Amino acid sequence: MNSNLSAIWSLHAELSLVAVLLVLFLADLFRRPEGNGRWFRVLACVLMAVQIGLDLTPDTRELFGGMYVNTPFTSVVKSILSAGTLLVFLQCGEWLGRKDTRHRQGEFYVLTLSTLLGMFFMVSSGHFLMFYIGLETASIPAACLVALDKYRHKGYEAGAKFILSSMFSSALLLYGLSLIYGTCGTLYFADVPSLLEGNALQAFALVLFIAGMGFKMSLVPFHLWTADVYQGAPTGVAAYLSVISKGAAAVALAIVLRFVFPFMEGQWTLVLAVLSVLSITVANLMAILQSDLKRFMAFSSVSQAGYIVLGALAGTAQGMASLAYYIAIYVVANVAVFAVISTVEQHSGGLTGRDAYRGLYRTNPRLTLVMTLALFSLGGIPPFAGFFSKFFIFAAAFEEGWWLVVFLALLNTIVSLYYYLLVVKAMYISAPEEGECAVGAFRCSPGVRVCLLACVAGICLLGLWSGLYDGLTRWAELLPFDKVLAGF
Amino acid sequence: MNILSLFVLIPALMLLGLWAARNLNQVRGVMVTGASALLVLSVWLTVAYLQARGAGETAEMLFTDSVMWYAPLHICYSVGVDGISVVMLLLSAIIVFTGTFASWKLKPLTKEYFLWFTLLSTGVFGFFISTDLFTMFMFYEVALIPMYLLIGVWGSGRKEYAAMKLTLMLMGGSAFLLIGILGIYYGAGAQTMDVLEIARLHNIPEEMQRVFFPAVFLGFGVLGALFPFHTWSPDGHASAPTAVSMLHAGVLMKLGGYGCFRVAMYLMPEGLAMWGDFFLVLTTISVVYGAFSAVVQTDLKYINAYSSVSHCGLVLFALLMMTRTSCTGAILQMLSHGLMTALFFALIGMIYGRTHTRDVRELNGLMKIMPFLAVGYVLAGLANLGLPGLSGFIAEMTVFVGSFEHTDVFHRACTIIATTSIVITAVYILRVVGKILYGTCRNPEHLKLTDATWDERVAVICLVVCVAGLGLAPWWVSDTISLSVEPIVSQLCVLNP
Repeated sequence: MNSNLSAIWSLHAELSLVAVLLVLFLADLFRRPEGNGRWFRVLACVLMAVQIGLDLTPDTRELFGGMYVNTPFTSVVKSILSAGTLLVFLQCGEWLGRKDTRHRQGEFYVLTLSTLLGMFFMVSSGHFLMFYIGLETASIPAACLVALDKYRHKGYEAGAKFILSSMFSSALLLYGLSLIYGTCGTLYFADVPSLLEGNALQAFALVLFIAGMGFKMSLVPFHLWTADVYQGAPTGVAAYLSVISKGAAAVALAIVLRFVFPFMEGQWTLVLAVLSVLSITVANLMAILQSDLKRFMAFSSVSQAGYIVLGALAGTAQGMASLAYYIAIYVVANVAVFAVISTVEQHSGGLTGRDAYRGLYRTNPRLTLVMTLALFSLGGIPPFAGFFSKFFIFAAAFEEGWWLVVFLALLNTIVSLYYYLLVVKAMYISAPEEGECAVGAFRCSPGVRVCLLACVAGICLLGLWSGLYDGLTRWAELLPFDKVLAGF
Repeated sequence: MNILSLFVLIPALMLLGLWAARNLNQVRGVMVTGASALLVLSVWLTVAYLQARGAGETAEMLFTDSVMWYAPLHICYSVGVDGISVVMLLLSAIIVFTGTFASWKLKPLTKEYFLWFTLLSTGVFGFFISTDLFTMFMFYEVALIPMYLLIGVWGSGRKEYAAMKLTLMLMGGSAFLLIGILGIYYGAGAQTMDVLEIARLHNIPEEMQRVFFPAVFLGFGVLGALFPFHTWSPDGHASAPTAVSMLHAGVLMKLGGYGCFRVAMYLMPEGLAMWGDFFLVLTTISVVYGAFSAVVQTDLKYINAYSSVSHCGLVLFALLMMTRTSCTGAILQMLSHGLMTALFFALIGMIYGRTHTRDVRELNGLMKIMPFLAVGYVLAGLANLGLPGLSGFIAEMTVFVGSFEHTDVFHRACTIIATTSIVITAVYILRVVGKILYGTCRNPEHLKLTDATWDERVAVICLVVCVAGLGLAPWWVSDTISLSVEPIVSQLCVLNP
């Protein structure tokens, strides 16, 4: 244990994030509340862009006696999360600049970055308490974010739903952790595995843990809050919840299951397999019925979470790499869709129904093309990146012998393609109800344009460029799993 | 850079060119330049390939190249061609070239139409040059999805229904295909994704082959219109715009047969031994059922679509007969059907563009009004029913002779049943030709119509020359194909000597 100053520096991802957070917090104090605050939004984006680069650490470090473990793999995941947050920031400009929200911009950034900080600690934790603190730091500010448009009835409702379900899941998770502590006498990730016997209490603890994380990731049957919250939350916040929160929770879940419960693999893999198939299937069937795009994307994100779980299910280095890769691709595609939804909402007086998109191609061809590419990527159509991430995650699960699960997931990709195509059909093929498209032609703000451009570049190039996946595989192989197994 | 990569690079450049194009003339310019370049390239490739073979080159694939792509899963961008892929590339280039002219006057959103059309052809070309399972599958899917928008936006009739049905059924097929590909990769020890390498290893456990052979065969079979998964085909073809029908029936459906042969049968011969007879029965049903269905249709496109089901069924039928002659016949049938069905769809599109109806009952005596198109139609029909001197005869003759080499009752019975399709084909072709071309025209509106314009003539003449060329001088094609079929068939014959 070397808690000197240079060791603290290995926290630089978190430290730099705190610095960004503080700078924005202070800058907010000097901002005129009635002003548009464009410089403030630009500042936030620039600081985030700088911060992304600082996340990367090439080696494995432990701090605070093993409470905090940073590996190259987790640093890369943090970079992905930061980059996703930057994309969300870029697309939020139009919404934040609106007259009724502009005085709350500072809160938005500070709350968002606090949740991100929580996720960083959650991903890097080496101890269940650290894990839990990270998780709570990531959840409670998120509830405020959901209710940020507090004068909208639905926003209020969504915030209440989110905080209640979040508390409930935390309670479950805590109960599980207490059982682990009760049976093992320690909460260190490194020590727990050797003390696990796989008895009934510990199995119960495992189930509670997975259920708690299932709430955070909104896996079926713990997904019931998702659609209402996404619909009620501001669109930018919904985007953030759907990609960043979910991604961080998935990585943390995979790491803990693999790292702490390797000898109970037979138990948790089965649970995960069932959760995965249920999430994908149920969410797909529900998504077909939605006509509001935000609700629709909520169910789509539940089913995507089901695919992400396949990577955790495999549990191999390749599975971990595929999981992180899937999240990276999912971030760019999903943020693009939400950016389009959000910008259309801002320019059309709040339209989010699918029918409003009829004939959008005639009025906004470029936006339509971006939306189409993003939906194709989510549906797993080559040459877009989503195809590659799906293939890799299927391959990882298949290698571990989950043929049937992969097959069911594959059949579900057809269902998901159906509902993604419904949106494409509305935009390109269906005639608008009243001669003209409900959404008139408009120009996006520069922030949204940069965001969409970055997303399209990601969608088109991340798949064709093999560097990211190769790197992730290499770093995932460095994860200290083997040490745990070698201990026996 | 490898010469074969140009087949992907040129369409990619065309996409960029189309993206940048400002007006209709530029769009057309890009399309004609690109399609001609592809045609020249494929002709050049054919000549170079024949010369290399003539010079005694014996490798299974020529012009090979391989670049590591995703190392953790051994995914490479590997290309290479044998006689089968060379003729398929030639066919694709011809159809893309003629398809460009067949959609010369298409409106609206011409630029977007050609963008998706080019993306579709990128997938087709990429598929035929690939020798890596993953790359092959990727290009296969690239070729599928543009169909949705091409039919949905520019189609006619029940286009939304047809587009969705086609896309979902084909994607359903590719779900089976993906699981099959993973099965092959991990079954062969997760060492390589290269088709030739896996075939050489020949180490997929028999129980895995039994599970994954039907998955892959069905996956490709859906695109090859295998009964009972052919129902997307008539609706899709009937609703698609002309050039898309041409490309789809002419080339895309061949991806199915090609994939069944190159991937399913080649890599999993033991699985084939178990499932072969089952699929043979299904394909026999395809052949006869497709032909009978065509007889009762009244829409010209539906007639041709069901005829495609029958003829593509014959491709799979011949492949499953597993003799060298029948497999050569299958490839010839792909080539011949691709050309003549493209010709058919082009002519139907041109006639429909003038008369605005495809209903056989409303068309009469077109021969006097539009003689050029009518003669083309007769030629296409004669090729379709297998008149000697045209391509259909060569292909079907080879198929049935090859199939009859089997001496057992089951194969003979299947062959005899399948042969009846020739007679039924004659029924629906001659009936339609007699009905719509001859007799007197009863619709005064139709009397004012004009014959083909120059761009239509380019498309028709090009295809007619190819159909007749293949029929009159088939030996160079069939020898090339036969030589390349040999290594695959010998892999199968290990099992049934």
